[in-house]
Amino acid sequence: MNAVDVDVLIVGAGPTGLSAATELRRRGIDRVLVVEREAEAGGIPRHSDHQGFGIRDLHRSLSGPAYARRLTETALRAGVDLRCGTTATLNEAGGIRLTSAAGLEDVATRATLLATGARERPRPARLIPGDRPAGILTTGQLQTWVAAGVPIGRRAVVLGAEHVSYSAVLSLRHAGVTTVAMVTDQSAGQSVRGATSAFRLALHVPLRTRTSIVGLEGRGRLESVILRDLDTGAEERLAADVLITSGDWIPDADLARRLGLGLDPSTRGPRADLGGGTELPGLYAAGNLVHPVETADRCALNGRRAAQHIAASLGQPTDSEYLVLHVTAPLSWAWPNLISAHTLPDRLVLRTDERIRRGRVIARQDERVVGSARLHGGVPNQHSWVDGTLLANAAPGVAVTLELG
Amino acid sequence: MNPLPDHVDIAIVGAGVVGTALAAVLSRSELSVLVLERADDVCEGTSKANTAVLHTGFDCVPGSLESQLVTRGYGLLGEYAEHARIAVERTGALLVAWDAEQLGQLEAIAEKAAKNGIHDTRIVGLEELRAREPHLGPEALGALEVPGESIIDPWSPVLAFALEAVANGAVISLTTEVLSAAATDDGHLLTTSKGTVRCSWLLNAAGLDADLLNVDCGHDEFHVTPRRGELIVYDKSARSLVSSIILPVPTATTKGVLVSPTVFGNVLLGPTADDLEDRRATGTTGDGLTRLQLAGSRLVPELEDHEVTATYAGLRAATEHRDYQLHAHPEERYVCIGGIRSTGLTASLAIAEYVADLLVDAGLETAGTRGPAQPPLMPPLGQAQRRASEDPEAIAENPAFGALVCHCEGVSKGEIENALQGELGARSSGGLRRRTRAMNGRCQGFYCSAVVLEMLSHASGLSLAELTGSGRP
Repeated sequence: MNAVDVDVLIVGAGPTGLSAATELRRRGIDRVLVVEREAEAGGIPRHSDHQGFGIRDLHRSLSGPAYARRLTETALRAGVDLRCGTTATLNEAGGIRLTSAAGLEDVATRATLLATGARERPRPARLIPGDRPAGILTTGQLQTWVAAGVPIGRRAVVLGAEHVSYSAVLSLRHAGVTTVAMVTDQSAGQSVRGATSAFRLALHVPLRTRTSIVGLEGRGRLESVILRDLDTGAEERLAADVLITSGDWIPDADLARRLGLGLDPSTRGPRADLGGGTELPGLYAAGNLVHPVETADRCALNGRRAAQHIAASLGQPTDSEYLVLHVTAPLSWAWPNLISAHTLPDRLVLRTDERIRRGRVIARQDERVVGSARLHGGVPNQHSWVDGTLLANAAPGVAVTLELG
Repeated sequence: MNPLPDHVDIAIVGAGVVGTALAAVLSRSELSVLVLERADDVCEGTSKANTAVLHTGFDCVPGSLESQLVTRGYGLLGEYAEHARIAVERTGALLVAWDAEQLGQLEAIAEKAAKNGIHDTRIVGLEELRAREPHLGPEALGALEVPGESIIDPWSPVLAFALEAVANGAVISLTTEVLSAAATDDGHLLTTSKGTVRCSWLLNAAGLDADLLNVDCGHDEFHVTPRRGELIVYDKSARSLVSSIILPVPTATTKGVLVSPTVFGNVLLGPTADDLEDRRATGTTGDGLTRLQLAGSRLVPELEDHEVTATYAGLRAATEHRDYQLHAHPEERYVCIGGIRSTGLTASLAIAEYVADLLVDAGLETAGTRGPAQPPLMPPLGQAQRRASEDPEAIAENPAFGALVCHCEGVSKGEIENALQGELGARSSGGLRRRTRAMNGRCQGFYCSAVVLEMLSHASGLSLAELTGSGRP
């Protein structure tokens, strides 16, 4: 078996992995290897052909592909060893083995950062019943198909009304497809009002709130989508040959799981602290792998922060006592969900299942309330947060549960 | 596509598991064999959606033809799969009792198994059951162990049979619908969507439509009432929840909902059983999926913490009879192989040998002079098998085996290229899924479908619009 010896191995060359790699090199870490299983680096922004990328990390607005190229070029200039078409799997000893056209290689590394991102739940995972015709795609699939010149269809229904759903509407228009409805079970859409051209375009698309999809019809090709009004129970058949199941993200956590990291039932990703530290020494996780999903620029900043922590802690003993964070509904997840004494966060990032207008988040250890803070945000699928001070009085090593007050 | 031959000794209607097994077995003789299939691939009908269990036949009706052919077919297919490198895992099954009444039935089921020739069943007490299957729901009381029950790749056998038949000179004519069958002095004249063909013997393996062809041939021993079975496939993260096939105690109408590992490393929950009239109703239903989830929450409560990878529905070719509907009409040179239900995969090779013997009895002695089985070597697709991408020598020989395309299922470019080659190469996205597992994983094509479709289009000559059905008229 061939072997490769590095200081830090990063799995995944999306915004998180590339930004972390660049930062590690800037902090003097010598051998930084990024492996990417796709044929090119850049991650999901590669196929999101609209503006709005890079605002928080690069302080400018770029298109997705331009942003992906910029992050890739910066990493290469910083001296990162980037290998595409290379998949990280496990070897017999439970370590990481790389598979590529060049063969198999085992990796010896001082630290590994998992930045494998997230993907949208496809139709089967959402248990949408009906026939199994062609024409049912996630946004990610839609965008790679459009980029590859695969014909999409004529009339689309978009399931979801979060950021990525509006991105789907835009991609559909590029492909000459009319979006006949956007459908969400929430009582309102969940994108930033007026912020993107995608949103302005989507203003002309009927938004069906409090509605679910209860059936799909079509032999060979999708012919119609059956909608149900969640309040009245009324059903309606909408003619469409395309259904985009957008959003409803889930971390791509298979490698993390197989490396032995337990998954948080609320995020479905590995638990990680502010610096990317996980429950296993030497193994780090960051970006959309640890919580689905943030925008690409937030992921980049998260990757950068993990890199700072990794650079500082290489060769140092790692924290062994963590505080684990849980949430209860209507909070859907909170991060960091692993907190050590050295990485007390300024803010906890949150998501909610429903719209919450004015709320406080309470932190409990067992039955005891240890703190509370105002909830900022409170729109489903959008960035929400609370001040990290609500954990200031938490006892170390005891699980904390966050709930809505 | 080749035009149909003018005349063949044997014409088989249907390229499911029964039709291709017949073709493989009969092509080992000097007989000329033609398979006529309406779909654009083998294994496109009822054979593509089943529970992927290699049955011992322990719960068949003793003395039935099904019992005889399943117990015989179990050994034949197991051996064939081993030589063809088709994934089989000898997991065994635990038939679990969930209440006192069911617990009381286990002895009787063991006796029935013995009548079917299965003597190694054993009652398993609660303590041992808990130790072996710690994730079972709290209501489990005990079980009957059936050590021989196994799991198998359900698609590769059909493809292997078809490949063996073609290697032996048989012709498999796809996208060829049989429109009518007329008796002639020396056999049948078949009119198909691709022209006419004469045959000395007609074998009806038309699955869900076998009764319709049977009527066309002047017989009406049975009527097919499709019995829909819906299934949920859980993510590979759930694989550690069960180590053997967890069977329910059967009722009069159905074998009930099982939980089973699959050879691909997933967990299967299903099937439901709903009688229908529509022979094409292979859609899932909200009600069916809800019933399955409810059943799953009792069987293995932790299943609901895991992601669903796929849902699908299959139609069993159920009839008003409890046994296979295998009817030979030697004077008309016609054999009908109908009513082959979910045990058909296991029984396939035994059915084929049984039919070959019928032909010998009817005077077609050539059918009895057969060479040995020559199983083709199939690409290893099982989770427990060594995939091409895990073999450094294979990658050194062909670097495309190291270039993974489908990340969820670990399918390399080289494996996809191979599956697109040859007379029986994949010509559809479904065909490629069955041959390689590409796009069959948890992301259902989020990452790889664009690349895979381009490869498929390039190899098949079909446009991307044709492959996705999205062409504008």
